[in-house]
Amino acid sequence: MNRKKSFGERAFDIANVSILTLLCFCTLYPILYIIFGSLSDSVLLVRHSGFLYKPVGFSWDAYSMVLKNPMIGIGYRNTLFILVVGTFINVALTSLGAYCLSRRNVLFTKPILMMIVFTMFFNGGLIPTFMVVKNLHMVDTLWSVIIPTAISAYNLIVMRTFFLSLPDSLEESAKMDGANEYTVLFRIVLPLSMPVVAVMILFYAVGHWNAFLNALIYLNDRDKFPLQLVLREILIQNSTDNMTTDTASLDAAAVAQSIKYSTIVIATVPILFIYPFLQRYFTKGVLIGAIKE
Amino acid sequence: MRTLRKDLRRNRHIYMMIAPVVMYFGLFYYLPIYGVQIAFKQYSIMEGIWNSPWIGFKHFSDFFGGYYFDRTLRNTLLISLYDIVFGFPAPIILALLLNEVGRKHFRNLVQTLTYMPHFISVVVVVGMMFDFLARGGIINQLTSSIGLGTVSYLQSPEWFRTLYVGSGIWQQIGWGSIIYIAAITGIDPTLYEAARVDGAGRWSQMLRITLPGIMPTIIILLILRLGNVMNVGYEKILLMYTPVVYETSDVISTYVYRKGILDGSFDYSSAVGLFNSVVNLVLLVCANSLSRRASGSSIW
Repeated sequence: MNRKKSFGERAFDIANVSILTLLCFCTLYPILYIIFGSLSDSVLLVRHSGFLYKPVGFSWDAYSMVLKNPMIGIGYRNTLFILVVGTFINVALTSLGAYCLSRRNVLFTKPILMMIVFTMFFNGGLIPTFMVVKNLHMVDTLWSVIIPTAISAYNLIVMRTFFLSLPDSLEESAKMDGANEYTVLFRIVLPLSMPVVAVMILFYAVGHWNAFLNALIYLNDRDKFPLQLVLREILIQNSTDNMTTDTASLDAAAVAQSIKYSTIVIATVPILFIYPFLQRYFTKGVLIGAIKE
Repeated sequence: MRTLRKDLRRNRHIYMMIAPVVMYFGLFYYLPIYGVQIAFKQYSIMEGIWNSPWIGFKHFSDFFGGYYFDRTLRNTLLISLYDIVFGFPAPIILALLLNEVGRKHFRNLVQTLTYMPHFISVVVVVGMMFDFLARGGIINQLTSSIGLGTVSYLQSPEWFRTLYVGSGIWQQIGWGSIIYIAAITGIDPTLYEAARVDGAGRWSQMLRITLPGIMPTIIILLILRLGNVMNVGYEKILLMYTPVVYETSDVISTYVYRKGILDGSFDYSSAVGLFNSVVNLVLLVCANSLSRRASGSSIW
């Protein structure tokens, strides 16, 4: 379309691009500020005022102090365990449920489906759930943050919708050749649903990485803390003391700030680095969910 | 009876496969619903849930008559209201603006950048906010350098809701827009051509064609949002609030957390939680039937 743009249209474009550029700046700059701060010399950083365009001074000290903190290692270890084992259980149970509920000619699928959908709108609440988990003796074990969130009803329904869209004929011919339900699920349905399985893995894994509430409720033993609870201690409850002991007290506040910045980077950069490569899948996931109506 | 037996025999593998799923929902959703009866009981650990004596609505009347009812209900409703008024339209506006961008690369860049904060954990977001807004943080450095003085944002009750809603927009505006962008691509392009022939400018095309085109999506998401009015993101509030700002930040869910998990009064806090869930369900049903009558869109 080569027609000339009117003055009004050009003004519209300029305003639009400016607003979006400003939005990008507001999104990106806080993250950049943290990265610059984490690489700065902590004493110079405290004296500095206003925007940072690059690190002031340069030092890896904060990173080495954070990495020496045993809680970071413990947090990473626990989070990785929760993420790997938890995501496996999530995806296994979700696909099992979604497959069964997408079968036709099964008498009880309708009531079971309604039972699952109902939980999206009403539940017993925090305390009765806590009592169940407690009575199962899961408190202070990593299972308490894996098992009670094993299936997301929403994800199950998304996956079921996807399974329903697969052609019946494949399954019928497999059954005629004597395949049982397990063969149909693992050899036919799942291989055809790899896009949705990938989306489920990503959603559940990111959920585990960022989850903090259940850990706060169920875990008191510091050896069991996932990364997010460790971060809470450092970033929000300001417990950087054990990392700053060998620093003169005057500089302790300065060092504490640098430690916070590098902690944020260490805990966030992995996921931010992976995300742009997987963005396609994530957006696809949102859209698969949207067509469920 | 015969069909039942036939069904059980023919589909026995299906039922075996779905058993763990049904068990999961039974154990972690329906058992707690059964256990919520302690809201009407004087719970004692020795007696257990089943044998503890009934006391009717005493916990509820204690809550309604107590000091916390007004404060927590008001905060829950106000935080939700602000979030709906400011947080809900933000992704819609972003989607509309992105739709008007001609250059594909710029569009992709904006999308990639604005989706990013969605993947930052809420702990880190709150930690960053605390650092930027601290008395010596960058925001106060900037305002004091242009002579506006400093504000102790984190200790001021009047700032809490703004910070809560604002950080939520920062984190979710991009991610929330995905669904609207998809809805916009579904709009019939001939509508735009017809409008252009009629001399409609970009602005009026946006308001008269794009916006009405995504209205059904907006309404569905708004119903879902209204049905969650009582479920404010208390995960973030638990991280953000301190006793200094309880006055504007303490919501029903955080009160349940303190009473139940920290103080251990399971029966009373279950009652407060049940009140919250029931009001929520009622609101969802109302919003849904209202919308079905007004626009024909509903979630069931």
